[in-house]
Amino acid sequence: MKKVYNNADEAIFDIPDASTLMLGGFGLCGIPENCITALVKKGVKSLTCISNNAGVDDFGIGLLLKKNQVKKMIASYVGENAEFERQLLNGELEVELIPQGTLATRCLAAGYGIPAIYTPAGVGTEVAEGKESRVFKGKEYLMEYAFDADFALVKAWKGDRDGNLIYKETARNFNPPMAMAGKITIAEVEELVDAGQLDPDHIHTPGIYVHRIFQGSDYEKRIEQRTVRKQI
Amino acid sequence: MTDFYFVIANNKTLIMLDKNQIAQRIARELKDGFYVNLGIGIPTLVANYIPQGMNVTLQSENGLLGMGPFPFEGEEDADLINAGKQTITTLPGSSFFDSAMSFGMIRAGKVDLTVLGAMEVSENGDIASWKIPGKLVKGMGGAMDLVASAKNIIVAMMHTNSKGESKLLKRCQLPLTGINCVKKIVTNLAVIEVTENGFRLLEKAPGVSVEEIKSKTEGNLIVDGEIPEMEIG
Repeated sequence: MKKVYNNADEAIFDIPDASTLMLGGFGLCGIPENCITALVKKGVKSLTCISNNAGVDDFGIGLLLKKNQVKKMIASYVGENAEFERQLLNGELEVELIPQGTLATRCLAAGYGIPAIYTPAGVGTEVAEGKESRVFKGKEYLMEYAFDADFALVKAWKGDRDGNLIYKETARNFNPPMAMAGKITIAEVEELVDAGQLDPDHIHTPGIYVHRIFQGSDYEKRIEQRTVRKQI
Repeated sequence: MTDFYFVIANNKTLIMLDKNQIAQRIARELKDGFYVNLGIGIPTLVANYIPQGMNVTLQSENGLLGMGPFPFEGEEDADLINAGKQTITTLPGSSFFDSAMSFGMIRAGKVDLTVLGAMEVSENGDIASWKIPGKLVKGMGGAMDLVASAKNIIVAMMHTNSKGESKLLKRCQLPLTGINCVKKIVTNLAVIEVTENGFRLLEKAPGVSVEEIKSKTEGNLIVDGEIPEMEIG
């Protein structure tokens, strides 16, 4: 089956309104920039977005928010995003905040074929409300379900035509667990190579998890907090 | 360090620690070989005071062990950031991993020490740090995972809030981040241990009296014998 697509528009062609999407990235680092742009262009609506953060006003998921394409945001930290705040306060946007480790592990569980996990994160807090809990070796844990996402949109550094992926530095973050979790996983890469060009020992995400892949273009890779030290 | 803040309150001069000195005091809790997760704010400053020759590895929960200093200008790398989304560098021996593994190592108790800020801590070690009702909520990030699993949690914070009210309480008033988890608190006034019987005063900031600390601690404060002054640096 053909996995390689020419660009983001072609790779996301069948994402319908009201889909549940996973979007990789931490802050603006390692986000699927091309797919987000294509989603804005396509104009799909009522999306549920599972992503650690919600971007900034004019970049990342912020671009989808601006066009009112997001119905619900599932994230651990929504940060500085004025449009997000406005929609939230106006009741235009539904938000579910969940602990970051729980978010990552619920993705992992989906990719591992495990229906639920037990985690101590959130025990005794409002996160625990309405959730089953269980005590193991004297410590309480919450049961959290594996995510159920229609599409996972991830960004990798390099990929091959079989869908094998390698990530770069901390741009890895949520991308591997999300890549494993999507019913359909779409990977955009900075460099797409032929099968055999990547060392099998270096693959982070095996191609079995990746249904579609394309080489992205015009990566902005915006830095959220540019911090430097002085030359001595 | 003699660079204290002088603050006039209740018509008397108090000497209290600034944020860097709180960080400096916390750095004394580090041990050789420790893997440490530092939260945003005062905790981040602890990295500046790791004793020379001590091998401490900083974990950044977005997927890095062995976090190095900020890059030199022109060497920033958009793919290399910390959990505060700041550009950083790696060090010899650094490793990258994904977010699921990152919280895996946190849950599995591999991280020796977690330092984080707080809005409130209660005398049984509950912590509130992520949400103020009526104010816009940004989220808990990784804080709930960290406090639920870390073996050793030190809170770095000011002793009182901007209204002058104690942040060391019998019971937290704000929504909780975690329960029965804080082991130690380092504030601008004191070092306090969380015990089964409440807060226990371990050290006082230079020039600060036990009475002052007591008056600014709403929770039960145990004072046993002579309380030494904090050693900083």
